[in-house]
Amino acid sequence: MALLEVKDLQVRVEDREILHGLSLTVNPGEVHAIMGPNGSGKSTLSHVIAGKPGYEVTGGQILFRGEDLLEMAPDERAAKGVFLAFQYPVEIPGVATMNFLRTALNAQRKARGESEYSTPDFLKKVREVSKSLSIPQDMLKRGVNVGFSGGEKKRNEILQMALFEPSLCILDEMDSGLDIDALRIAADGVNALRSSERAMVVITHYQRLLNYIVPDYVHVMAKGSVVKTGGKELALQLEESGYAQFEDA
Amino acid sequence: MNVVLAKTDTGRAVSTSFALARERLPGSGKVAEQRRQAFEAFEGAGLPHRRIEDWKYTDLRALMREVLPLAAAPDAAALSRAEAALKLHTIEGTRRPVLVDGVFAPKLSDLGKGEKGLSVRTLREVLEAGDGPLQGELLASDNSNPMIALNTAMATDGVVIEIANGTVLEQPLHVVHVASVGAPAAMFTRSLLRLGRDVSATLVESFVATEGAKAYQTYDSLIVSLGDNARLDHLRLIEDGLEAFNIASAAVTLGAHAQLNTFGMVSGAGVSRYQPTIVFAGEGARVDTNGVNLIKGRQHADTTMFMDHAVPHCASREVFRAVIDDRAHSVFQGRIVVRPDAQKTDAKMMTRALLLSDEAEADNKPELEIFADDVTCGHGATTGALDESLLFYLRARGLPEKEAQALLIQAFVGEAIESIANDSLREHVIAAAQRWLEARG
Ligand SMILES: Nc1ncnc2c1ncn2[C@@H]1O[C@H](COP(=O)(O)OP(=O)(O)OP(=O)(O)O)[C@@H](O)[C@H]1O
Ligand SMILES: [Mg+2]
Repeated sequence: MALLEVKDLQVRVEDREILHGLSLTVNPGEVHAIMGPNGSGKSTLSHVIAGKPGYEVTGGQILFRGEDLLEMAPDERAAKGVFLAFQYPVEIPGVATMNFLRTALNAQRKARGESEYSTPDFLKKVREVSKSLSIPQDMLKRGVNVGFSGGEKKRNEILQMALFEPSLCILDEMDSGLDIDALRIAADGVNALRSSERAMVVITHYQRLLNYIVPDYVHVMAKGSVVKTGGKELALQLEESGYAQFEDA
Repeated sequence: MNVVLAKTDTGRAVSTSFALARERLPGSGKVAEQRRQAFEAFEGAGLPHRRIEDWKYTDLRALMREVLPLAAAPDAAALSRAEAALKLHTIEGTRRPVLVDGVFAPKLSDLGKGEKGLSVRTLREVLEAGDGPLQGELLASDNSNPMIALNTAMATDGVVIEIANGTVLEQPLHVVHVASVGAPAAMFTRSLLRLGRDVSATLVESFVATEGAKAYQTYDSLIVSLGDNARLDHLRLIEDGLEAFNIASAAVTLGAHAQLNTFGMVSGAGVSRYQPTIVFAGEGARVDTNGVNLIKGRQHADTTMFMDHAVPHCASREVFRAVIDDRAHSVFQGRIVVRPDAQKTDAKMMTRALLLSDEAEADNKPELEIFADDVTCGHGATTGALDESLLFYLRARGLPEKEAQALLIQAFVGEAIESIANDSLREHVIAAAQRWLEARG
């Protein structure tokens, strides 16, 4: 069964249609890249999959392992294994990162009927994961993303992804704001999570990321729908030709 | 004040109640005379109502209608109910005077072993024994405020704490007021805390109720003086029953270079009003005050604070936070007066309200009266709902709605709670806030 099926999705924001019948099927084990010009609706798609309020779905459906995702609250989706690494992670002053990570992880486990992590087990896991992503421990003592640099915020998203072990990872421009070394570290983190059960949807503007995270499919999004799908070579082609050909369509 | 308006049914009812209570009120001679004058002042004014500017948002005449008769002194059953209720509210490592239904309860109190420089007596003891000047101080009353006048007239008991110059008290004092009454009744307490020079102490006050205590009224008044260079940490926790009234005032005077840190949290009582007046009497003193309202249902919580900068070179900080759910109503009136001599005053006031429902209400009235020219004064206010984008981020990470809200509410009040220096007191307050969040479901 497909992990994610987006069928003919139509989405409005404040009476303006942003997605006009978008379809996308993602199977376990696959890596899909989505590329497309600014404002083509990539983040909108990721938000609707994650369940962000404020979007009106006027047509189509989203199935996750055959279940209607649009019927679920955002936290239910997370517990089922949907994870979105945000393009713009928010800062949450007063909520310590460690406390947040533990509360979130245990909430997901509880929703799945699994036992909660004990404090030592949790700390051990966080330490392992943050070390592999070169995230200093004292960053975790601060408020969630508070005072983090752009790159640190992105790394914190990958840290959460590694900790929660979701089955569908949507990465919305994880490469923006990362320096070359940080990009490699983050991409290694993502690659370490690749498995035959897990799928990735990587939204990016740059072919460079796809050298690190090699996709099985590349989709071009323009004006609210997928206009072309190909293999990894499509990304290289786009780098040459740009999006003009699709925008005129 | 209109005489016809003053002679309300309320006035007559309480008049009878004062007459009946008289024999239970400690003190005679001058004390009795002070009480009589205070009572006349209350009777003349009646319960304050919304047409009196200071009571615009808290119309006691409408909310409360009458002053209930004085609660009977607690019997064995009331004391054992109180003992059960105390379990949740006991803080390890504190000295604990306990008042049940407005009467000092020696069996439930734990005053620990004697400590040099510390004297703890009951109001009753002091009013019945000699010490004229102290009695005068205890019953000195701002009778222009009817609720203070009423308290002066009716105060049955309380705690009188005196700390001698140079004493550093390690153990906090925890005064617990337990309402244990089975039937609707009122309790009136008055306490005094005097810190000599160079004293350092912590006072915690808790107002709590037993299971059965429902529609009661508790009236309290606290008199505090800090000698030169003294430091007081003052915590005040209102966890009364949700049908109860808690009407309280405090009169605080600071000597030179004294330092006062206060933290107040209102999570209980159907209607509460707290009126602290803080007077800077010596130069170089500083006050930091943090208030938190955690209210829901139809709760009404009013803090009306008066910061009186009478002398130069003093600083005050007031930060007041309110978390308001359902149809609850939070009021903060902060008045700052900087007298003509009080140059170099640094006074700031901030209120922040978090509205958890469309019907929640926050009223905020800052008043700055500045008569000196070389000062830094300011006030600010924010009101808003929980940030949707933060909520969504938390929910996208698996937190159900109430848990996500709880985390953001904790963050909102956490900053205030962090101001509590003592670890076990801070833990106690966190637990109280947690109980409120859990009761939200
Ligand atoms: N809340 C909103 N209100 C109004 N318009 C919106 C809202 N959110 C998105 N849009 C509009 O929807 C369109 C798609 O936005 P979206 O953020 O999905 O684009 P994107 O493909 O992610 O762009 P980028 O590459 O710049 O991140 C844009 O025109 C944007 O202005
Ligand atoms: Mg985007």
